[in-house]
Amino acid sequence: MATETTAHDAAHGVAELGACVNDHGSAIGMPQLCADWIPNQIFWLVVTLLVIFFVLSRIALPRIGAVLAERRGTITNDLAAAEDLKQKALAAETAYNDALAQAKAEANRIVAETKAAIKADLDKATAEADAKISAQSAESEARISEIRAGAAEAVAEVAKETAKELVAALGGKADARSITSAVSSRVKG
Amino acid sequence: MAAEAQSEGSSLVFHPLDQFIVKPLFGEGPVQWYTPTNVTLWMALAVLAIVAIFVIGTRGRAIIPTRVQSVAEVLYGFIYKMIEDVTGHDGVKFFPYIMTLFLFILFGNYLGLLPKSFTTTSHIAVTAVLGFGVFFAVTIIGFIKNGPSFLGLFWMSDAPLILRPIIAVIEVISYFVRPVSHSIRLAGNIMAGHAVMKVFAGFAAIAAISPVSVAAIVAIYGLEVLVAFIQAYVFTILTCVYLKDALHPGH
Repeated sequence: MATETTAHDAAHGVAELGACVNDHGSAIGMPQLCADWIPNQIFWLVVTLLVIFFVLSRIALPRIGAVLAERRGTITNDLAAAEDLKQKALAAETAYNDALAQAKAEANRIVAETKAAIKADLDKATAEADAKISAQSAESEARISEIRAGAAEAVAEVAKETAKELVAALGGKADARSITSAVSSRVKG
Repeated sequence: MAAEAQSEGSSLVFHPLDQFIVKPLFGEGPVQWYTPTNVTLWMALAVLAIVAIFVIGTRGRAIIPTRVQSVAEVLYGFIYKMIEDVTGHDGVKFFPYIMTLFLFILFGNYLGLLPKSFTTTSHIAVTAVLGFGVFFAVTIIGFIKNGPSFLGLFWMSDAPLILRPIIAVIEVISYFVRPVSHSIRLAGNIMAGHAVMKVFAGFAAIAAISPVSVAAIVAIYGLEVLVAFIQAYVFTILTCVYLKDALHPGH
């Protein structure tokens, strides 16, 4: 079909438009296969590719590569810094915990010491008080026993005297010795 | 096809291929190799778009990127990672070349989707230069890097001995078909999509069909937006695969 129409249109003399376009400005056959246009396309394609290549390789790609590398560097640095700060935070936490534990131990020690001191004081005071109490009670005991002894003696005395007086009053006469021994045996019994 | 559609008396006029005509920008006349044409215009627009995104958009060199800068960075990272993944670390020094190809095709495809535009990547002349450029570059790199042992690419040493010559012939043929398929794939996809849209647009002249036609154009346009990216991606990743064969010819 393409060759037919080409032959047909060639008669009209389409030299100014080229062999691939008919009188009405429409394509004859496939424009892709028109040999007249191929050198033009190749020439401009090569020019275009060279321009794109130089723009890319001289300006655009190094710039984008640098930006991406810089971004990667920034991100790595930031991550490292974050890791660093995290380590610091962990260290601070450990130090805090250590300090806390130390303070607790110290407090416990002080409590124990104070308790011990108080206990010692208390023990001492108790012992003193016990000693005092026992001394006093011993003294009291002694006095009581003294008083008791005194009382018993007095009773014996009073009983002897009373017995003597009674014997005298009843008209008896008894020697003091026998009365005394009789009374003391009775008082003791 | 175009000539038939012009027959008078029919309301349907199809010129699906007229969008691919190369015209001089200024005046009429024959297209010489140096004539500024619509090819020049749309390639220049692609260059301007690339400069706008990759040079003007990144001029802040911001650690926290602006929107345009992050587009440039995403495209950079996308291709860089593709090269690293496919060819290994020694392919990275070809990054500017591959990036040039990718961006030219990507912007050619997308600018071609603008109404009234001219799609530079729909022309086999353009894609063949790209495809054969890759083919020759890769072959030369292969021989420079590996010397004659680059031919080991065609010699399957783990196949049975009898089959090896046959496989070698097939491998050689497939190696030389690579640039052809590489370039026709791109031009064919882009051209077909644009031509189909024009055909549907031609049907819109019939009132009864026009809603269907408009819906179909919308659907095809959406597909073409995908195809524009996918073809740029496919061209680039195949370039990486061929480069990998050149750098590491062992299978």
